Amino acid sequence: MASFVGILFDGVAYGSLLFLISVGLSVTMGLMNIVNLAHGAFAMFGGYTSVWLMSRWGVPFIATLPLCFLVLGLAGCALEWLLYRRLRGRSQLDQVLFTIGGTFVAVASATFVWGPAEQRVELPAALRGQVQVLGLALGSYRIFLVALVCALCLALALLVDKTHWGARVRASVDNPSVAAGLGIPVDAIYCATFGLGSGLAGLGGALGVDLLGLDPNFAFEYLVYFLLVVAVGGAGSLVGTALAAIVLGVFDVAGKYYVPEVGGFIIYALMIVLLLVFPSGLYGRRT
Amino acid sequence: MSTLPAVRPQLLDDRFRRGELAFWSLPLAAAFIFPEHLVLGAQVMIAALFALSLDLVLGYAGIVSLGHAAFFGAGAYTAGLLSVSGWGEPLSGLLAAGVVAAALGACQSFLIVRGHGLTRLMVTLGLGLLLHEAANQLSSVTGGTDGLSGMATGKLFGTWSFDLLGRVAYAYSFAVCLGCFLLVRRLVFSPFGLTLRGLRENERRLHALGVPVRRRLVLVYTLAAAIAGVAGALTAQTTEFVGLEVLSFERSAGALVMLVLGGAGRLYGAFVGSVVYMLLQSVSSDLEPSYWQFWMGLTVAVIALWARGGLLGQLERALERSRPEAPEPAPGAGP
Repeated sequence: MASFVGILFDGVAYGSLLFLISVGLSVTMGLMNIVNLAHGAFAMFGGYTSVWLMSRWGVPFIATLPLCFLVLGLAGCALEWLLYRRLRGRSQLDQVLFTIGGTFVAVASATFVWGPAEQRVELPAALRGQVQVLGLALGSYRIFLVALVCALCLALALLVDKTHWGARVRASVDNPSVAAGLGIPVDAIYCATFGLGSGLAGLGGALGVDLLGLDPNFAFEYLVYFLLVVAVGGAGSLVGTALAAIVLGVFDVAGKYYVPEVGGFIIYALMIVLLLVFPSGLYGRRT
Repeated sequence: MSTLPAVRPQLLDDRFRRGELAFWSLPLAAAFIFPEHLVLGAQVMIAALFALSLDLVLGYAGIVSLGHAAFFGAGAYTAGLLSVSGWGEPLSGLLAAGVVAAALGACQSFLIVRGHGLTRLMVTLGLGLLLHEAANQLSSVTGGTDGLSGMATGKLFGTWSFDLLGRVAYAYSFAVCLGCFLLVRRLVFSPFGLTLRGLRENERRLHALGVPVRRRLVLVYTLAAAIAGVAGALTAQTTEFVGLEVLSFERSAGALVMLVLGGAGRLYGAFVGSVVYMLLQSVSSDLEPSYWQFWMGLTVAVIALWARGGLLGQLERALERSRPEAPEPAPGAGP
């Protein structure tokens, strides 16, 4: 029983990491209608930025996190302004090709700069080891992760639901032409939203180095998981993405623990079944 | 008041053009000019055949697939397992691979036609990954990550055995490739092929016109799967080895890149793209692998943004520009 709860918690921690990285993808796919297969590359570069800041400049781990968010967020804004903008309204094939090509470039660049080896991250002492919570031994890094993601999720929900800026985002998404007619700077809003999503992916990548590992293949290896979360959750839905990330995280961790011989099978099969039952995701906006 | 021109059912002109005959004589010429590169040549033709099968699904029917390697791999493993268990006769192996891949394609197609857009993309990706994982786990049958070894391909027609220089493999791949191409060519010029193009342009309208959309999609998906399976079997038989790589995402993405590089929905795009892709890859294989990845990725991104239609599309545009302004035929002024 205790081990079951422990696995459940590990699954939730894994799922919250998936959520953090996928939420930006969900926004791009659901709200801007761009299939962004390069999203994994943002997370990968987030991880590399964190490792590089630590090893080269001696920045403490916690301090690298906001820096990663900032760097990747700005990079996302710039890329949206220069390139992704042209993909709006183009065919799905063009979007898939452009972003796959971009991912290849990103993977090659990462190999070139940091080498093909797996990167290690040195966590601060406070986040290492385990803590006893109600008689359960839980990893302290995982507790930190879940707490941080919960706080961010709350902040995100408040930002979208309660602020003036959130209202503008929702308006731009529901009907871009009417929003533009009302004087909302739709292009700038899209750019900022894309940047926010990229920044969160970078933050997730930095947080995930310890849990998921980091090498240049990260961008392709975990892309499937991010796409999975978005496709199952329903692109564009915050609640759906969170729910799908937690469900997939728990099933993946539990599957690998209880039936290791089946391995990655469960998560793919689960995705296909869920997609066939809910073709537009659990909380799909469009059919 | 002018009367409307009589509407006649029109089919596409499918006569062979001189350029096409010249194109198909290129592999024969290449065999005599570069006799030491026949092994690479056979691999190029197999890659082209695989890209052609993807063209049928993507370029004509408009289904963006990220898991087409599933059929390539299914065909390769079918031929490989047959050969390992003692049935090394190549042609029957090819046929069996086609049938198995077609069966798999038919099963998958019912799932594919259910969704649209992102869902469809994800289902193709998921099914491909599922099969890759299955082959990885069933290592007692497939050899897992070590690959399936111990294959021995029998003599072709009981007379020609596969030599190390790859002469028989080259001729065999060429013949199969040409045969499949003629089949696909016949198909895309037929009324069925016209329906496929219509599906790509506007599925809903074709539905309104009374075209059985799902049945058409199932049929074309199954057929493309069979051709991909044949391509996979060719790889297995000519290299006498099957690795997990035949089912990988990289294989699917590679075919997609080749097809788009050449130009999708153009029949010859698959061939042009795979020749360019494979040659560049083999030239740059001495360099650092990340160089190849970098430039390939950049090319694909540029094509997607600024050069739609790939190499053939650019060629067509250049030809159109250089041609003197042809007078537009007046509407209804047909013969």
